Amino acid sequence: MRRRIGIDVGGTNTDAVLLEDDRVLHAVKTPTTADVLTGVRLALESTARAMGSEPVQAVMIGTTHFVNAVVQRRDLAPVGALRIGLPASRSLPPFCDWPADLAALVRGQVHMVEGGHDYDGRPIMPLDERAVAAAARAMNAAGIACVAISSIFSPLDPAMEDRAAEILRAEMPGASITLSHDLGRIGLLERENVALLNACLAPLAQHTVQAFEEALRQAGIAAPLFITQNDGTVIRAELAARFPVLSFASGPTNSMRGAAFLTGLKNALVVDVGGTTSDVGALKAGFPREANAIVHVGGVRTLFRMPDLLSIGLGGGSHVEARDGRIAIGPRSVGFRLPELARIFGGPQLTTSDIAVRAGLLSLGEASRVADIADSFTRDTLAEAARMLEEAVDRMKTEATDVPLLAVGGGAFLVPDRLPGCSEVLRPAHAAVANAVGAAIAQVSGEADQVFQGMTRTEAMAAAERIARDRAVEAGADGATLSLVDIEDLPIAYLPGGALRVRARVVGEIAAG
Amino acid sequence: MREITIDEIESLAVGAWVLGTGGGGSPYLGLLNVRRLYAEGHRVQLMDPDELADDDMVAVVSNMGAPLVGQERLVDSATIGRAVTLMEEYLGRPFRAIMSVEIGGNNGVQPFLAAAETGKPVVDADAMGRAYPEAQMTSFAVGDLKPWPLSLVDPRGIEGIVAKVPSWKWMERLSRKMCVEVGSIAATCKAPRTGAEVKRWGILRTTTQAIKLGQAIRLAQKEHRDPVQAILAQEKGMLLFRGKIADIARRTTEGFLRGTVKLEGLDDSRGHTFELAFQNEWAVGWLDGVAQVMTPDLICVLDSVSGEAIGTEVARYGQRVTVVALPAPPVFLSPRGLDFVGPRAFGYDLDFRSVFA
Repeated sequence: MRRRIGIDVGGTNTDAVLLEDDRVLHAVKTPTTADVLTGVRLALESTARAMGSEPVQAVMIGTTHFVNAVVQRRDLAPVGALRIGLPASRSLPPFCDWPADLAALVRGQVHMVEGGHDYDGRPIMPLDERAVAAAARAMNAAGIACVAISSIFSPLDPAMEDRAAEILRAEMPGASITLSHDLGRIGLLERENVALLNACLAPLAQHTVQAFEEALRQAGIAAPLFITQNDGTVIRAELAARFPVLSFASGPTNSMRGAAFLTGLKNALVVDVGGTTSDVGALKAGFPREANAIVHVGGVRTLFRMPDLLSIGLGGGSHVEARDGRIAIGPRSVGFRLPELARIFGGPQLTTSDIAVRAGLLSLGEASRVADIADSFTRDTLAEAARMLEEAVDRMKTEATDVPLLAVGGGAFLVPDRLPGCSEVLRPAHAAVANAVGAAIAQVSGEADQVFQGMTRTEAMAAAERIARDRAVEAGADGATLSLVDIEDLPIAYLPGGALRVRARVVGEIAAG
Repeated sequence: MREITIDEIESLAVGAWVLGTGGGGSPYLGLLNVRRLYAEGHRVQLMDPDELADDDMVAVVSNMGAPLVGQERLVDSATIGRAVTLMEEYLGRPFRAIMSVEIGGNNGVQPFLAAAETGKPVVDADAMGRAYPEAQMTSFAVGDLKPWPLSLVDPRGIEGIVAKVPSWKWMERLSRKMCVEVGSIAATCKAPRTGAEVKRWGILRTTTQAIKLGQAIRLAQKEHRDPVQAILAQEKGMLLFRGKIADIARRTTEGFLRGTVKLEGLDDSRGHTFELAFQNEWAVGWLDGVAQVMTPDLICVLDSVSGEAIGTEVARYGQRVTVVALPAPPVFLSPRGLDFVGPRAFGYDLDFRSVFA
């Protein structure tokens, strides 16, 4: 018997579930508190009472705290950027394409030094260690305690980032250092941006993880703490404190995985209909498909492990209007002001929730306030919502065959029971705490993304899998339980020698003890 | 001659990406360089080809190499600027102006980096009218202009000159080898042209074309009109197919990205299929198995909603796309032009037939 606690700390609510094997034994919803700790502690205490004498093996927490800090521009530390790569890349220094308001908060100092690698592993220039040491002293003198190091082609050869970190640690004891190759992929600016975001969140992450651990202690729970990541897996809390960016998208990821778990499906599409948007994601072997593209976070271009989500302007608060003889829904929405602005609450704005109440799909507000809406208008609006969902679902499919669709979220009443392209539409039980369930069931993963040369395709893919396995064990996985969940190769144009870029990902169970 | 605004450069980047016909690399890094140069006070003048004297010398610039390497090494205006001054030193005479070898993709923006660095104007012309994968696929090669010399520069200070070669193919081979040795990315200044040569063999006013195309797309996006229609109206293009990507196969051979993309029809194209073959750029399109469109007609695959061009490297299953054809520069429609860039130059045993014929 395995027992685990999953907690989702959202912007509004903190949800917790106690899971025993495949069963939800207990679920609780409490308001998120400003200090985070109190909300988590209350949720944990409620869960601890339900536990009885049976201990839990692990506690998993998912949180949107870090991405919200970036989006809301709060609790961010000034960062020293150290880029290794001169004389290449000089004209586009770190922070060069950041939104001005965010750069003003985060840009502490910028240093660029000689070094970096070519795609074939040769150094562009030897690492200028004296310049690294000088940069460290300058940052130290200015009181900068968070540093992001990026080096050209470091995903292929991390040696220069590692060596620079060694020098920095000697010169700046206690500094928090983020290395770009630990987080990002090929694409210097985007990977560097991920490292800079990670570095500016380091103190907040440290503090938050400590608060979680303190909450565990106060609730009398001795199990190890894990934090959920963008890809639906977890890492040990002390590692998570070093990599807050890896939990940016854990909210939608956990809700997708939770929905899949609650329905017993591993390959499905999930639509999460909120107040303003519907997010559609795809689950493959129980994990969200990854975006292989630029993702903007708080206005910053990034390229790292993020779920592939398609967001459309359809939600429970979306405006509905007749435009040029047809029905138009969204993208504008009354959002959280639904209870004052929607027709069913006496407000002036016609929303999708009003239509759903008129159609009898939803009980909310006063139905008499929308009784005047014509049947044909109601029908056409719901048909338009279904058409938008059908297209979004189809865009996220990777094969022509029909797939099951899991509908979750407060606006899920907009999803019809049958949708072309979907074999069935399922509405999971416990959908309200699906994200906490998603956290509770998380496993540990490892990923590799590298260019290989002078190898056969089979050799390159085996090498990538080996690297991914090593990383999973480092993140807390039991090596014996690891399995390969995703591997893909992309040949590289213009590079000689049959260069092949391979991405591999493995997952496994949390190691005991 | 007139000063180009930074907003026009933003539009140029959008238009150049469409004219890249699936290749040419994203103009993003070039655009970031121009933004920085303009923020530092640099301004670039655009010069009509008619303003060139016959004996003026024009620098023809391009970045060469693998876009993936460019994403790591980035693009530096100083390097492309140095390729121009190195060539001036080799020739012993100054350039009057700078032009791009290909308007499509990242190279559409490169002359502005070199121009800002050297204080010279950009000529409103290129030698492809789009993007093509190989050095001999230019209007200058069609005109049998001499392919040498070439300067090649990397950011470490490695500087090379290819002084003389017997053919454009040889120039491609030698410069490609040098490029690979310095890390598969380099700034080049290709065989300089006289004002007379540019006026006779250049593909004229393509910079303005790309700016106007980008402006039309950006305006349509802003006003929530259909950007695909805006592209067709601006370029007098033809809509060929609307559908979604149902299958993609990619492979690299001889340093190029080759492959095919299959589309399933939607809207008016429902019930039909469309297949596209590419070598870095889109080369041939078959409607229901019959060759319908082929190089040198420009084949553009656009996101059906945003109108943004979709590159052959990033096309993926499920994308809603619209295939359009834009007219080819007339210089490529002659029998000699087709020898260089017609379907047979890409290995397809097809007689060229334009969709605009």
